[in-house]
Amino acid sequence: MIIEHTRLCEINGSLVTVDGVENPVYEEIAHFFLDDGSVRTGRVVKIDGQKVTLQVFEGTRGMSSSNTKTVFTGESMHLPLSPEILGRVFDGLGRPKDDLGEVYPDKKQDVSGAPINPVAREYPKNYIRTGISSIDALATLIRGQKLPIFSGSGMKHNELAVQIVRQSAIADGEDFAVVFAAMGVKNDVAAYFRSQFASSNVMNRVVMFLNLANDPITERIMTPKCALTAAEYLAFEEGKHVLVVMTDMTSYAEALREYSSSRGEIPSRKGFPGYLYSDLASLYERAGMIEGKKGSVTQLPILTMPNDDITHPIPDLTGYITEGQIVLDRELSSKGIYPPVSVLPSLSRLMKDGIGEGFTREDHPALANQLLASYAKVQDARALSSVIGEDELSPSDKALLKFGKEFEEKFICQGFTECRSIEETLDLGWKLLSSLPDSELDRTDEKILKKYCKK
Amino acid sequence: MSQYKIHGINGPVVTVLGKTDLQMMETVYVGNKQLIGEVIGLSEDSATIQVYEETAGLTTGEPVISTHSPMSITLAPGILGNIFDGIGRPLNDIKNISGAFIGKGINIPSVSETEKWQVTAALCVGDTVFGGEVLASCPETDSIIHKALVPPYVQGTVTKVAPNGEYTVTDTIAEVTDKDGKIHELKLAQRWPIRTSRPVKERMPLSKPLITGQRIIDTVFPIAKGGAAAIPGGFGTGKTMTQHQLAKWCDADIIIYVGCGERGNEMTQVLNEFSSLTDPRTAKSLLSRTVLIANTSNMPVAAREASIYTGITLAEYYRDMGYHTAIMADSTSRWAEALREISGRLEEMPADEGFPAYLPSRLSEFYERSGYFKNLNDTEGSVTIIGAVSPQGADFSEPVTQNTKRFTRCFWALDKSLAYARHYPAINWTSSYSEYTGELSDWYKENVDSEFTVCRDRLTSILSEEANLMEIVKLIGADVLPDDQKLIIEIARVIRVGFLQQNAFHSDDTFVPMQKQMKMMQAILRLYDRSKEVIARQIPISKIVKTGLFDRLIKVKYDIPNKNPEMFDALCADIDREINEILR
Repeated sequence: MIIEHTRLCEINGSLVTVDGVENPVYEEIAHFFLDDGSVRTGRVVKIDGQKVTLQVFEGTRGMSSSNTKTVFTGESMHLPLSPEILGRVFDGLGRPKDDLGEVYPDKKQDVSGAPINPVAREYPKNYIRTGISSIDALATLIRGQKLPIFSGSGMKHNELAVQIVRQSAIADGEDFAVVFAAMGVKNDVAAYFRSQFASSNVMNRVVMFLNLANDPITERIMTPKCALTAAEYLAFEEGKHVLVVMTDMTSYAEALREYSSSRGEIPSRKGFPGYLYSDLASLYERAGMIEGKKGSVTQLPILTMPNDDITHPIPDLTGYITEGQIVLDRELSSKGIYPPVSVLPSLSRLMKDGIGEGFTREDHPALANQLLASYAKVQDARALSSVIGEDELSPSDKALLKFGKEFEEKFICQGFTECRSIEETLDLGWKLLSSLPDSELDRTDEKILKKYCKK
Repeated sequence: MSQYKIHGINGPVVTVLGKTDLQMMETVYVGNKQLIGEVIGLSEDSATIQVYEETAGLTTGEPVISTHSPMSITLAPGILGNIFDGIGRPLNDIKNISGAFIGKGINIPSVSETEKWQVTAALCVGDTVFGGEVLASCPETDSIIHKALVPPYVQGTVTKVAPNGEYTVTDTIAEVTDKDGKIHELKLAQRWPIRTSRPVKERMPLSKPLITGQRIIDTVFPIAKGGAAAIPGGFGTGKTMTQHQLAKWCDADIIIYVGCGERGNEMTQVLNEFSSLTDPRTAKSLLSRTVLIANTSNMPVAAREASIYTGITLAEYYRDMGYHTAIMADSTSRWAEALREISGRLEEMPADEGFPAYLPSRLSEFYERSGYFKNLNDTEGSVTIIGAVSPQGADFSEPVTQNTKRFTRCFWALDKSLAYARHYPAINWTSSYSEYTGELSDWYKENVDSEFTVCRDRLTSILSEEANLMEIVKLIGADVLPDDQKLIIEIARVIRVGFLQQNAFHSDDTFVPMQKQMKMMQAILRLYDRSKEVIARQIPISKIVKTGLFDRLIKVKYDIPNKNPEMFDALCADIDREINEILR
């Protein structure tokens, strides 16, 4: 027998409270039937005896204490999955948004996921060739990694993400899939991604979960969970290499803050809930590879740093969880350099085990090290030249300035459709370094220098 | 064992209504799946329980079963080389039960109860024993002998001893009759509550350094065996890398590595890497002296809070056997955040940045469990704590860093700009400090070189002079400085790049013995002293630069192998020859 609860005893923000529920299950899904015939979905977030607080995904507008009937399902939120989800478009809760009808599920999976046992993980080692020099050489993307793009409003992070997807997909052949999760992004941004996927002929391998800027924030909180559940299914059951693009994590975290404050929780830094770290980790940690399974989940979250501030809680906590970051820089961007990757704060933690002999080329670690060390010195030389003028600089500082300019214009900068092979990238790096005096190349072994750095 | 019913659920916090006989901090089993929980609050008509596993799927009315014992772990052979979750469950066995993803309500013993150990009893019938005495020993791994101990609360006469042979951890090895006539059956395994420190006879002064093979630590900011150190640093500055280096190379007998709220892949990496590396001292696998505790950032938050205590209890247990143990906690900030999260769910009054007001007292309780001790059985052992701190926004003024600073005496501050320039380890030499240098100076004088502390002080004073000069150089460039100041800048560059910077991926440079560190330091200072002679004669410094001596010293860490310190003599002779040439 289905029990309908006819009254809501409290409505507050996106939360409603129902009293008199027998044996509510924590995190179970409930449906709300409104008098006007519409149906909404909610999730149990707090139980106090028979008094149950639910979060309504579609928002509570128009609900009153008497016009809503609540039915509990007894089950947590599950996503219907089958290989046919490829090429489909869903809303933030995994309901079809295109006109292709419901998914006939092979299986249903709990969207919260479970932590991967560290002993069952396979340590990621295979690099993904993105064809972008600054990333391939200095912050190499590894299969199974979570590598966010830290950007700011107005910078070309969407283009960069599209370019990475397009160019890395080619190298993968048939075994790849892309899961795209939009959280609070504008309609035209979602449309841009869609048209770019279509024009590069990968649309039939893309699953999209769209929660747009004007969609409810409680739905937004579920969007990445749904997307990652789909990604895990495609990777670990269908054996595909899945690249998950999640944009914009800032909107997600802000949705979480809005929801937390409506629950009256004690805020920590900048009003974000104290569990922001754990919550973000529960998403990011779903990247990885599992021993004995063919597929992998690689995450490429995009977040716009509020006021370009990398110490803001969202980029800060993200950086503590993810395995590195690609930071975009407004100054480079305004110089017209695309992609405006700021190479010094950018980092890939898994890179050290996935490059060098047997992976890319033996000189790769040395080159990356030397390029970064020299480019760090360029910053000092620039600071000095802005004080005493370029003419007064020592010859080695002048050489550094020249190197810095060329490095930005030739190495970092490349076309939106330009796909460089790893050899091209590495050779280009050595060519630029060869303009520096020997004493500046203090990070590199003589042998490697002789072989690759031809003066 | 009494049974109660769940009344309310809010995240990891579960409440039980009505009068109970639950005790504060006792372990309970929650729900039909028997999730592990701990009582954290009691009032007249309710009890609050934090659950160490995901609470989704629980419903009201499910049972809460009391155990009347505090949160404890099993101490027994089989711990070393293993990997546990935050509350001491073996992850390998969990994998066998629930597959690649971690399931719920898995209650299994920490160590195998069927594996047999080759036990040699250390007691005879008729002996009078006290708590902490060695009961029996067995080889636990190929490098460590496990000494099973009489539990601290047992005292009496041995009335029965099993003959030497193969036993499991649950077999009775000996029986002890206490003065009340009560018989205690002693086994290889014993339980110990994780939040209580194991008793010792007395605390001893710290006088020996923990040698890590990392130059900036051993030479400039040393840590004592039994000391406590903090490694604060923003993301990407190399906290984890530094912890890994210490875990691999430091000269402790036992390493406990706690991955507290960190990345899953990192734990996998430690597991893979440590099983393939060999301990330089014993030539056995590094994993055979290591225990891993993994609570990755997506594992339940309450278990994160417990993982630190699980780790330190294991360290104390091996200390009691007379071993020097070191515990790496990566990262204590995640532990503090777990405290904050649970405190928030309990609607406690927050202090600084939402952290509970008891954060400092919890931190001090933890760090004070380090030390160099005389154990109950009169052996000596130590627990060294090295805690990573992840300050929000790399801002060292936040509460966790500040409070940690108060309870540790070694502070290795990691610096973002050094990390950006790929200067690793990115330990900033101006903001870091070690308060142990005084206590350890005698050891260094006796065991390394009588000149050691003098050389170190000269090294650090050159660095601080350079820091002052750099202020000027930033404004007017290095070219206008007089030659004696240019020399400081040149020699400081040698110290920074050639000495402080260390390559963890280079087979020789990843671990450098004390002798070589000393020789490197002496060679650098030799060049400095001789160059000063040159400058005093009004000869321009460019002449010395041209000889390439500075660059040669920078690369000496690669050029002279660890096993050939005598090659430094030739190097010093070269320095003298080249300088004499200039002086001529």
